[in-house]
Amino acid sequence: MNDLALTVRQVTYENRSFWRNPASAFFTFVFPIMFMIIFNLIFGSSKYSPFGSNATVSQFYTPALMAFSIITACYTNIAMGVVFAREEGILKRMRGTPLPPWVYLFARIAVSVMVAVLLVVIIGVFGRVFYHVKLPGVRTLPALAVALVVGAATFCAIGLAMTSFVPNVDAAPAVVNATIFPLLFISDVFIPIQGHGVLTHIADVFPVKHLSNAIIATYNPHTVGTGFKGKDLAIMGAWGVAALIVALRRFRWEPREQS
Amino acid sequence: MTAAIDVKGLRKSYGSLEAVRGVDLEIATGEVFALLGPNGAGKTTIVEILEGYRRRDAGTVSVLGFDPARRDRALKERIGIVLQSTGVEQFLTVAEVIEMYRGYYPAPRPLDEIIDVVGLNEKRDDRVKTLSGGQQRRLDVAIGLAGDPELLFLDEPTTGFDPGARRRMWDAVKNLVSLGKTIFLTTHYMDEAQELANRVAVISAGRIVAEGPPRSIAGRELSHTIVRFRLPPRAPALPRSLKSSAATGDGRVEIEAADPVKVLHELTGWALEKNIALAELEVARPSLEDVYLRLTGGEAEAAE
Ligand SMILES: Nc1ncnc2c1ncn2[C@@H]1O[C@H](COP(=O)(O)OP(=O)(O)O)[C@@H](O)[C@H]1O
Ligand SMILES: [Mg+2]
Repeated sequence: MNDLALTVRQVTYENRSFWRNPASAFFTFVFPIMFMIIFNLIFGSSKYSPFGSNATVSQFYTPALMAFSIITACYTNIAMGVVFAREEGILKRMRGTPLPPWVYLFARIAVSVMVAVLLVVIIGVFGRVFYHVKLPGVRTLPALAVALVVGAATFCAIGLAMTSFVPNVDAAPAVVNATIFPLLFISDVFIPIQGHGVLTHIADVFPVKHLSNAIIATYNPHTVGTGFKGKDLAIMGAWGVAALIVALRRFRWEPREQS
Repeated sequence: MTAAIDVKGLRKSYGSLEAVRGVDLEIATGEVFALLGPNGAGKTTIVEILEGYRRRDAGTVSVLGFDPARRDRALKERIGIVLQSTGVEQFLTVAEVIEMYRGYYPAPRPLDEIIDVVGLNEKRDDRVKTLSGGQQRRLDVAIGLAGDPELLFLDEPTTGFDPGARRRMWDAVKNLVSLGKTIFLTTHYMDEAQELANRVAVISAGRIVAEGPPRSIAGRELSHTIVRFRLPPRAPALPRSLKSSAATGDGRVEIEAADPVKVLHELTGWALEKNIALAELEVARPSLEDVYLRLTGGEAEAAE
């Protein structure tokens, strides 16, 4: 079998493994949808809109939770799943076979990206059908696609890099969640923060806010032009490249020695 | 015929700990070789150097003509690896997992044959996470066989098994032998080495201390006789001629005798004269287990 056929085949096995693992499949899908419902219940009736006049709260939460979907499907899923596979010795076993190591990692990433795409579509449809959210027009659609692609690539890379900072399976949920949840709160994902306080300056440093801003802009009815957020995309991309370099240098295939 | 594995002057340290201290090994094609030694002797370090996972500090290593440190794909296509402990995809079925690994090799062994060899027929369509420990270990062997390797590494295939599970694993390994595979096995069970291997090397603290067919390793020690007994508290010291070869521990004495007639004569003469009862007096040939314990400095006992 050539490497391309091997890759396709590996994706199908990883995909099957993902869907058969009730914990990962369930939580990856349930969280974004649950937040969508909760936030709309809490804030949906208020007159306040982060976009100002003639836009509902849902118009904000639909793109914001698309950003969240990418983060759970790519960052959380990859960081936890790869640490688990490493500590179980699955990565080590793979490395003893002729399968090129990058094929295995690529397959995992491909499954995460497919899950992310599916989630984004579900959130988009959910917002349109239940909350009458206005879809981005043809004018901003390319910017949405680019933001999603750059975001998925960046957060996959960060997930891979993060595995090298997680010592074992027990530490994985704590480390992975503790690094991402505070950022989700201050980065216009769970709560629209439009101010210029210290929290926004902190959030500006990290990639989460740039992902949410790049996606949200395409849903904002007041956006003029194509909605491309060049600066956000650039900062996010820089994080992605940096994470890739860290992953390439630090990635471990073998579990920590038990002794 | 060229050797499947050829190792000369192999050394490996972890920090200040010298785990492997100059090991030479030569394993012929078709041979079933066992590296026998207690926990911590350096078995896994050696196998994982041969498999390409760990780097050596010194020495030359050739596996099927390759230097495993280079991790050539061409070598990986020809060997099968069963690590001491590894997980496997929990949510796939037995057949799916084996099939997945088969796909990585140019000339895999037929799926049904693999499942047959390791005796997992009834579990074929069950998810991996429902398997018992022994069954998972046989699945490890099945995965090691997926590529129909010429050479198979088995690192402690039965550690922690109950007797029934060990038997089934042994049967699986014997099936492999009948397929003509070269097998490199590590174990800390003397009986396992004896049952499966045609050649054994005993390793202790990073050095090979004996080597040969299981029956004749350490032949000299096997030909010695052991005289054992217990001395009462406050017994007078043994005569000097006996003392030199005696091992004492809480009153129990063990004398290794090249000439048992002479030793027994001196011992019983001394005991009669001093009026000492030699409790639990016993004259025995050492078992393989005894030789093994002696060679490895009794560490095996501590190991399990
Ligand atoms: N990765 C490692 N780092 C540090 N010490 C190690 C490592 N692997 C093994 N050792 C030490 O090297 C010695 C030999 O270990 P090992 O090869 O696993 O022996 P065995 O497989 O015979 O039980 C032991 O003292 C062990 O603690
Ligand atoms: Mg070991």
